[in-house]
Amino acid sequence: MTKRKVLWKLIIKEVDDLITSSLGIVAFISFFIGAVVAIQTALNLTDPLIPKELIGFASRQSVILEFAPTFISVIMAGKVGSFITSSIGTMRVTEQIDALEVMGINSLNYLVFPKIIALLVYPFLIAIAMFLGIFGGYVAGVYGGFVSSEEFMTGVREEFIPFHLIYSFLKTFIFAFLLATIPSFHGYYMKGGALEVGKASTTSFVWTTVAIIIVNYVITQILLS
Amino acid sequence: MIEVTDLHKGFGGTKILKGISTTFEQGKTNLIIGTSGSGKTVFLKCLLGLYGPEEGSISYDGKKYNGLSDDEKRDLRQQMGMVFQGSALFDSMTVAENVRFPLEMFTRQSNSEMDDRVNEVLKRVNLEGADNKLPSQISGGMQKRVAIARAIVTNPKYLFCDEPNSGLDPKTAIVIDNLIKELTEEFNITTVINTHDMNSVMEIGEKIVFLKNGYLEWEADKTQIFKTDNEAVTDFVYSSNLFKKVREAQLKGL
Repeated sequence: MTKRKVLWKLIIKEVDDLITSSLGIVAFISFFIGAVVAIQTALNLTDPLIPKELIGFASRQSVILEFAPTFISVIMAGKVGSFITSSIGTMRVTEQIDALEVMGINSLNYLVFPKIIALLVYPFLIAIAMFLGIFGGYVAGVYGGFVSSEEFMTGVREEFIPFHLIYSFLKTFIFAFLLATIPSFHGYYMKGGALEVGKASTTSFVWTTVAIIIVNYVITQILLS
Repeated sequence: MIEVTDLHKGFGGTKILKGISTTFEQGKTNLIIGTSGSGKTVFLKCLLGLYGPEEGSISYDGKKYNGLSDDEKRDLRQQMGMVFQGSALFDSMTVAENVRFPLEMFTRQSNSEMDDRVNEVLKRVNLEGADNKLPSQISGGMQKRVAIARAIVTNPKYLFCDEPNSGLDPKTAIVIDNLIKELTEEFNITTVINTHDMNSVMEIGEKIVFLKNGYLEWEADKTQIFKTDNEAVTDFVYSSNLFKKVREAQLKGL
């Protein structure tokens, strides 16, 4: 049984490694993808009868429903997933996991449980991605001359369905669980040496991405259709 | 004392250990020797409880491992210290954190008590001043000493070492060997060392167990190793050039 004090330290460390260290890249990608979504929408509004508010509306919908929870999770499968697989895999190769077992520590619990708990914070990262995605759309739309500030903000507020946020955060929680467990599985049960650590990281990224895409489809089918 | 009775272990239909029976006495450095592929590492991992035996049993001071509950097995493992071949230090932790780790996990000591114990053990293995360094920042010999410090910090009853001086220069290897022997005597630990280094055998070995193809080929006191007629043992011992020359000199009466 991992002692509470040690477990707490491990969780804090995992939050730092998995969430805090991802803030920069998530913020960067979210802002610019939001901006691109706004520009693409604006450039495709050739019919003068379609209101400009649609730019804000499209930015909000695409960012909240898909871009922030799903696209960022796929990116996190590459960043965080590879990190988890390679760090646990290296511990396997260098007998650090055996050292834990010899001490009488449940290594699976010690290594994976703190990651699952740490990734409960993941929805906060997605909330930041949502905000920055819409903000990126606003900056690109307004300062690019495609839409006025009022029109964009009206579009963002238009026909807002709160359930979409619930749907989005619900799938974020499930993606967080997948992000913690699938890469951990591939790292923990890997066999071989340094080369196999690299291969396991790649395999874990592929399978985590596949799982995220399939789960995304199933949840969307169940909750939105 | 550890008693092994008719131990069998295999993987995927291949038998690795074939009916090993022996004892490892308390306060002595017991050495398992043999060529690569003889089953030494699997034997050591069975002794550590990392591999369960297919047949036979292992008893630790009279308690059979097979008959223990999961909690009892965990308690027993907490009485074991292990020095891995590659040291197996937690690379995200400093030297002091590595040594402190078993104390944090298994004792209810206060922070100051743990700090005192860590300093005491690091001093014992001559590693004062290295406590804030990461494993990647210290030499292989120092890593081995940290691994020994981590293994003994909770005062274990059993100490296991898998090729503790592999990859070390001869001088450092002797330092590590002697440190293990001193600690064994000082704390009256049952020490089992897995090695194929004849220098270790001569330096610190007391009881020698020789494995060949998964069988216990020969076991005796160290002093018997040069007197035995067992061909496999003599082949192993005299595969070292140094010992071969000593043997030739002995035969020539020099």
